[in-house]
This record gives sequence, C-alpha cells and structure tokens, in this order.
Amino acid sequence: MKVIVDMDVCKDHGQCVFSAPEVFQINENGRLVFEAEPDESLRDAVEEAADVCPLQAITIEG
Amino acid sequence: MGQRIVIAGASMGGLRAAERLRASGFMGEIVAVGDETHMPYNRPPLSKEALASEVTHEAVAFRLRPAVADVTWRLGVRIASADLAAGAVRLADGAELAYDGLVIATGMRPRRLPTPGPALGRHVVRTLEDACALRGELGPDARVLVIGAGFIGCEVAATARLLGADVTVVAPEAVPMRRPLGDDLGAALQRRHERQGIRFLLGRTVAAFLGEDRVTGAELSDGTRLDANVVVEAVGSASNTEWLDGNGLDLSDGVLCDNALRVEGRPGVVAVGDVARFPNPRYDGVARRVEHWSIPTDTAKRAAVTLMTDLGLSGHDPAPFTPLPTFWSDQYDLRIQSFGTPALGGDDIRVLEGDLDGEVVVGYHRDGALVGVVMIGLPSAVARYRAELMRGPAAA
Ligand SMILES: Cc1cc2nc3c(=O)[nH]c(=O)nc-3n(C[C@H](O)[C@H](O)[C@H](O)COP(=O)(O)OP(=O)(O)OC[C@H]3O[C@@H](n4cnc5c(N)ncnc54)[C@H](O)[C@@H]3O)c2cc1C
Ligand code: SF4
Repeated sequence: MKVIVDMDVCKDHGQCVFSAPEVFQINENGRLVFEAEPDESLRDAVEEAADVCPLQAITIEG
Repeated sequence: MGQRIVIAGASMGGLRAAERLRASGFMGEIVAVGDETHMPYNRPPLSKEALASEVTHEAVAFRLRPAVADVTWRLGVRIASADLAAGAVRLADGAELAYDGLVIATGMRPRRLPTPGPALGRHVVRTLEDACALRGELGPDARVLVIGAGFIGCEVAATARLLGADVTVVAPEAVPMRRPLGDDLGAALQRRHERQGIRFLLGRTVAAFLGEDRVTGAELSDGTRLDANVVVEAVGSASNTEWLDGNGLDLSDGVLCDNALRVEGRPGVVAVGDVARFPNPRYDGVARRVEHWSIPTDTAKRAAVTLMTDLGLSGHDPAPFTPLPTFWSDQYDLRIQSFGTPALGGDDIRVLEGDLDGEVVVGYHRDGALVGVVMIGLPSAVARYRAELMRGPAAA
C-alpha cells in the first residue's frame, strides 16, 4: 500500500492524524508528515484517514 | 443475500452509508437514488478553493472505494414518496423500489428569501451547478451583495473578495457568525474581513431587490440603497423530507432518530448526515441536527450497524453513539476549526490561549465544563484540545 498526499492541496488540517496516528503526524511546525509505505495492517485506518481529510488530499495506491 | 437496501440521497451521507454497509458485511443489493446528476462530491470547496479557481466535478468528486463498485446509482431522479409500512419508495419517474432497509440521506437545501424583485442575478451555494453559476459572475467587475453572515456567507464573501469583487455583507445579527462563535470572536473575525475590504451592514435585512429583469441593487430595511449585480443568499437551509410526508414521522426539523440513528419506532429505517436529528449523550438527551462535514461519516458508521442488526445480519452493538462534532472554515488564509458543540456553551466563553486578533483558542463552557473549542491557527495545539473534549465535559 502506497500513500500519496497532494501537498499543494493539503492544508495541514490534521484530521488524518486522528484516524491513523501511526501513519500521519503534525510536526512541531504545524506541518503534515507521513509514512509513505505503511504496513498493510493499517489499511483500514489509512482508508478512514483519506475519507476524513477535508481537502480530500490523500490517495491510496495498491 | 437477496436483501435490498435503498439509500435515499446520493451525496456524502449516501456514499458513506454504502461504504459502511459493505464494511459491516452487507452482501445484498444496495441502490442509491439521488436527484443530482453527479456521483457524490464534496461541498465545502464550493464556497472556498473550488469557487476561487474552477468548479468542476472532477475537482470535488469523492474517491470511490473498491468496496462500493457494485452499488447501483440511480442519479438524476428524485424520490417522490415513501410508504414505510409497505417498505417501498416511489421515484419521480414512476418506478417503485421495494426495500428491506432504508437509509435517509437527503440532506438540506438552501432557504430562499421571499423578498420581492427580479430573480436573475440571485444565487445560492449548495450544488456544483450553483457554484458554477456563481463562479461565472464573480470577478473584478462584480458588485456582490451577500445576504447572511454565517459561515457559508462569510466564506463566499472572502472568496469573492479574493477574486477582486466589491463585497458587502448584510445580515440581521449584530456580528457575523455570532451563533455559534459568540460576540467577541465574531467581532474579531469581522475586523479581519473589513481589513480585506469587505463592508458589513449588520442589524438589517433586505426589503426589496431593485432592477427590471436582473438585480441591480437592493433596498435595506433601514432605507439604505446599495448597488449590486450579484446577490448571494446564504440564509440557512431547510431539510429535504417532504418525500417522507404521510408516514407519521416527526419531520419538524430533519428526521427524528434515536441514538442509534434509527428513525423513531421504525426498525430497518435509519437517517444519516445533515438531515438526521439524534441525541448525543456526550452532551444530553436532546436530539439535534448537526450540519458538519464530519457527521455524514460518523452517522453512517453507526447507522450501518443499526441496519445490520435490524435486518438480522449481526448482533446488537450496545455502545452509545457519542460523536465529537468537528467543523472547519477557511476564510482567506485563516483556518477556523471547531470541536465539540460551542453553541451549548454560549453563556461562558473564555479565551484559553492566544488573542482574538491573532491565533487563538476560545473555549465554550456549560456549567463550568468545556463543551466546545474554536481555534484560529495554532495547528500544533489541535490534538491537545481535541483530546480534552473527547474525554468529555465531565473531565473539564
Ligand atoms: C457551500 C458549502 C460549504 C460547506 N462548508 C463546510 C465546511 O467548511 N465545514 C463543514 O464542516 N461543513 C461544511 N458544509 C456542510 C457539509 O457539506 C454538509 O454537512 C454535508 O454535505 C452533508 O452531507 P449529506 O449527505 O448529509 O447531505 P447533502 O450533501 O445535502 O446531500 C443530500 C443529497 O440528497 C439529494 N436529495 C434530496 N432530496 C432528494 C429526493 N427526494 N430524492 C433523491 N435525492 C434527494 C440532494 O440533491 C443531495 O444530493 C458546507 C456545505 C455547503 C453547501
Ligand atoms: S487531513 Fe488532509 S489536509 Fe489535513 S493534514 Fe491530513 S492530508 Fe493534509
């Protein structure tokens, strides 16, 4: 599973963080950082993160 | 197998319901009926980013999970009526659809002003078509009159201003976004809008629109006359529930549901999204509708479990449904985020961090307990306040 975040679209809302904290984090500068190839066991959480992103900036491949 | 669930309304709530039904293991047929011609799309950008650039379905369409590939979408057709006792809905084209389970996800439509005057040049913003029509009229030559100073009104005003238009906001309340933000934060946001060049004429309403075929201006309740060639009516919304008339439901404000999103006394019928009025034990037993983007996803999750139980496909999930309402609004470069239910804490509002004219966290309290937080900026503090609200009012 590959996670892609369109950083031109992402506005660091941080909603994704609440659904999949293992994959998405907001750093101390308030910017999004994320794990691009998370473990398959996190798929549900990542799907949910993609759903709750207000900007719909997250896509999942594979 | 062999069971059919009909989803009424093919927007965010309808899509999320279909996804959650599949995720809960429903293997039967799912038919989603929607009167818009598009596959489900995201509305918030219609007053923000999309309105500022280009409004296309592609730009706002929701991602479709593979799990909903076999859902039947009947788009561009309205449900005219429902017979809940018989378990069937009738479509405007005359077709009848029987169901074993029904998801009500018909959402809201904008209220229109009964104000006399020409209709041409008057807009609302709910659908893609609405936003396209408005986008076509916005630009440096536009003189825009926004009626209503709630979130959608203020967002449209900000976007129109970014596009170079001359913008005036008229509303009956004394400060914008007063409900739920309160006087002080509302006034602070007004100052920010004014600094961008937006004019506010508050404490007034529009008495008449001026012009022959097309709006050329408006006369306000205090006699003021304004020039305007584009009018945006952002004066709230009404529930799309007429199709449910005649079934003995409480439709006084959306569809009354229990905490499991089941329509009162109707096993196999649930409501989700903007139209669902349900009690949230996080606060009290009062049923409320919540027009926030987080709610279609949260309610669909719970409603799918309820339907699975009612259809005899899974056991009962006894956990109470206590979603934390989450809302955001973007105006210029300002990110306004709200967690919880600030409107319940309107009598005890405190600045918790920062200051009202910069980055700020405002807390709303009921009986001394924190029930809602509104933040401007301060992204690194979001998680902390959200966690505090998740623990519940009792902990504050
Ligand atoms: C311009 C705008 C900006 C917004 N911005 C924000 C924001 O910044 N933050 C936030 O939290 N929320 C925002 N919201 C609110 C958010 O978009 C809604 O909460 C969400 O769209 C609700 O989804 P829903 O599926 O419940 O209802 P809706 O999206 O209203 O969907 C209902 C669907 O049912 C269809 N329908 C109605 N009646 C029938 C019928 N009889 N037969 C068939 N189909 C029918 C409708 O046409 C519609 O497609 C905004 C809303 C708008 C309009
Ligand atoms: S929720 Fe979306 S916009 Fe917000 S940080 Fe995550 S990816 Fe970015």
